[in-house]
This record gives sequence, C-alpha cells and structure tokens, in this order.
Amino acid sequence: MIYADNAATTKMSRTAIDAMLPYMDELYGNPSSLYSFGQQAKEALESARERVASCLGCEPREITFTSGGSEADNQAIFSAAKSGEKKGKKHIITTAFEHHAVLHTLDKLKKQGFEITLLDVHANGLVTAEQVADAIREDTCLVTIMFANNEIGTIQPIAEIGKVCREKGVLFHTDAVQAAGHLHINVKEQNIDMLSLSAHKFHGPKGIGVLYAKRDVILDNVINGGAQERGKRAGTENIPAIMGLAAALEEACANIDKNAEKLTALRDRLIEGLDKIPYGELNGDGTSRLPSNVNFCFEGIEGESLLLLLDDKGVCASSGSACTSGSLDPSHVLLAIGRPHEVAHGSLRLSLGEETTEADVDYLIDAVTEVVTYLRNMSPFWRDLVNGKRQHVFAE
Amino acid sequence: MALYSEKVMDHFRNPRNVGVIENADGVGEAGNPVCGDIMKIYLKIDNDIITDVKFETFGCGSAIASSSMATELIKGKPISEAAALTNKAVTEALDGLPAHKLHCSVLAEEAIKLALKDYFDKNGIEYDKNEFPDEPHCAHCGEGSCDT
Repeated sequence: MIYADNAATTKMSRTAIDAMLPYMDELYGNPSSLYSFGQQAKEALESARERVASCLGCEPREITFTSGGSEADNQAIFSAAKSGEKKGKKHIITTAFEHHAVLHTLDKLKKQGFEITLLDVHANGLVTAEQVADAIREDTCLVTIMFANNEIGTIQPIAEIGKVCREKGVLFHTDAVQAAGHLHINVKEQNIDMLSLSAHKFHGPKGIGVLYAKRDVILDNVINGGAQERGKRAGTENIPAIMGLAAALEEACANIDKNAEKLTALRDRLIEGLDKIPYGELNGDGTSRLPSNVNFCFEGIEGESLLLLLDDKGVCASSGSACTSGSLDPSHVLLAIGRPHEVAHGSLRLSLGEETTEADVDYLIDAVTEVVTYLRNMSPFWRDLVNGKRQHVFAE
Repeated sequence: MALYSEKVMDHFRNPRNVGVIENADGVGEAGNPVCGDIMKIYLKIDNDIITDVKFETFGCGSAIASSSMATELIKGKPISEAAALTNKAVTEALDGLPAHKLHCSVLAEEAIKLALKDYFDKNGIEYDKNEFPDEPHCAHCGEGSCDT
C-alpha cells in the first residue's frame, strides 16, 4: 500500500506512542486530584504544555488543549466575536477557501448579525497582506486566515498578514492544522494572536489539538464545566493524547528542515511526472506550497472513480469531487481558485509523508497516468473534448 | 462497511458493454459535466429487439456501475421492456446504492429513454411525449438543465 493521504491523517510515530503508553497504563491519575498520584499526571500535563509552548514560541499559559483543530477554530472565532461584539465590532475577515471548521463557524456568526468578508485567493491560492489591510475596517474584530491550505497546500504570507493586523489593532487567528510540525512557526515573530493545530497531522494521536491564544485575548468557553485549562476548556484532560501530541510536535519541529528538503524533492518529482498527463494542471502555487502536497485537476474524468481505481492499485488518495464530498458541489477550495465545476470534479490530492520513497512516487505517477487514461477512454465528456464539441479548459 | 455492494464494485471494475456503436439506431445522453456525471447510451435495434447496446460514462463509481448494469438489463430485450426499465430495477440489480447515489440509476434510466426517443424520432415512430421528455429533469438539481 502507498499511503498518499497524509493531509487527511498521519501514521503515529513510535515516539508519540511511547510517550502515551505510561499514561494509559500505570499513570492513569486525574490531574485535578490532590494526592500525589494525581499530581504526577498534573506535572506531566504542565511539562507537555511547556514543550508545546516552546515549539510555538509562546508562554505555557497561552496554550489550551482541545479535542482537535475544529474545536480550537470554533473557540478562537467565537471568542474574538464575543469580545468584538461588546465593542460594537461585528466584522470578520477570512478567505474563501478556509476549512469548514472556520467557514461554518462564521456562517453561524453571520446569522447572529456579523458581517463576513471573504478575501479572494486568486488562481494561485494565495492572499496578500495588502488585501487584508484594504479589507480591515473600524468595526473589524477578527482576521482568520489559514496558515496552509488543506487541499492545495498553498502557504499564506502569515507573518506579513500578522503585522498588518497588529498595526491596525485587529485580532489575528490562523488555522495552522496543516502547517504545524511541517513549517516553522513562531507566534511572536509572526504576530499571531491565536492559532489552532491538531496532533494527528504530524504523527500524533487523533482527537487532540491546541488553541494558542495570546495572553491578552479573552477566551470564551465552547465546552462548559469544570475548571480545567484555567477554566477555559472543561473536561478531564486527555493526558495520554496530550503527551502524544507534545512528543510528536517536538519530534516534528526538530526535523522540519530535513523533512521539508526530502519531501520537496519528492513532491516536485511527482508534479513533474503528473504534469506529463495532457489536459491536467497543478492546483495552487508551485513554490509557496507545503512540501508534501500535490493536487491536480484532470479534464474529462470524475474524482471518485479515480480514487476507487487507485485504491485497487493500493494507493490511498483523496479528491475534491462532489461525489467524494457527499454534496452536490465540488470542493469549495477548487472553486475559490477559479476551477470550473466540471474540472473540479476531476481533482486528485496526493499528500506525501516522511516514509514516502522515490519508488513510491514513480509508482504513483504510473498508476495515476494509467487510471486517468482508462477513465478518459470511457468518458463521453472526454470524447467531446477530443472531438472539439466542448472546449478544453487546460492547455495540452 | 464498504461504500458500495460487491455487485456495484464488480460492474465498476469490470464494466460490461463499454464503448461506442458506429451508426447506432438510437443515441441518448443524460447528465452534464457541471454536475459531474454524463451517461451516453448507444442502441442497435433490429425488429424491435435491442440487439446491441454500448455505453460511455463520465462519473463516479456508481454511475459507471449503473450504466453497466442498465445495459445488461436491456440487451437482447424488446424495446417495450427497455422503455419500461426503471431506476429502481437498476438499483435492485446492483444490490442497492447509497442514498446520495440513487441519482446515478436515474441517469441510466434517462439515458436509455433518450436513446429510444432518438430511435423513434429517426424512424417516425409515435410515442408518448410525457414518457419520453426532450430534456429530463436533472437528477441532481431538479432543473431542466443545470449546464452553465
């Protein structure tokens, strides 16, 4: 099997598993308990918090553990909205291709009377700090822009956007779920006020994430109850998962440059190989891009059948077609970069990992080329394109 | 549980009757690229019997499987039987489809009806216009056509 869906989730590292095991076995105490057995868990929790803070360049008390990236996004946005509303500021700036954890949260706020500005991400999948500066108004309470896109991997100019927001006194949140552990993050240097991350995207366990919030940001609870996490996130802490997250993040951050160098070479080899398929095109900028991400659209075919046939060849991949999303429309990310519906249906995302080899990449190129050709040969849409009855979108 | 039944996967992996019939007696195409699926059916008809049928499909796994199964169900059958083929019959023959994929079987039924209509039109054969509409409603959006 070739696992090329690391943007969906990753294999847990041995380091992460080993860091978790004692807390599922002997050290099962509740960190809120007074006795020393409970306090052992509390010490572990606080050491994990310190290590995570050090990876992000912030203070330990600015770290809140959550159930994952989605919860962190929800809490960040709702908190900023609540603070904003108190000051009569009900305008939020974001981009058209954020993760649904952000967009659907903003939809909810829109129904509560907030105004949402969706910035254009252009054909290359990038926004600029100037766009953000131009969109900020007197009543803007939050800018939320993802660090790197989950489908097409484009990396936004986060530090510059952060600078603009800081200058204008507007809170800046970034969904860094795809970036954490893969790109250098320093919330101070990059002027980030709030940041979300999720452990299972960097070889940690599922169901655990982090919300970093700068100390002067007032967090509002999404989960109400006990006084855990300084009263900002109720519920007994998931100590094993938190230990796994901290270990995985430390390991990933220590190897960012080494992994990026290896993956970028593999990524570019894969892009070069897939680019030879006629009437296909890379989605998103080729350089300001996650080292692991390859995303193509191929004319004349549909993504779900592509994935099923790749599965038969032992390849795990994903697509932004409507059929795979379970909705009528293809991926909002591909539509946001201007891909027409019919082309967006034929998308393929391959996201590589540290275990991917050159031989895997070559196999992927052959497998995708073969399946695309096979599907095109039975596609009346492709026949119409070849016969000139319909217009190609891409160059050959 | 897998997304699709074994029968769907079999017809998807080994589709029957894929291809084109040159000088077909009837050709029908349903769906559109914007919605992400198109089915095209080619019929050879002799003495009111469907002697050959081929299909081309752009679409997901269940769209390809539905086309394949639909062609199997009408091959060698009289026109009257092909005209009576329902999407329900296609779905049942495939041992079911997930709810959000049922429109694929609708497309198969429509493509066959359009191919028969084409045959009737070419040969001046009378038919019920309600049963064979010019443009069936899009199985996705319910509009006459969502091609933009």
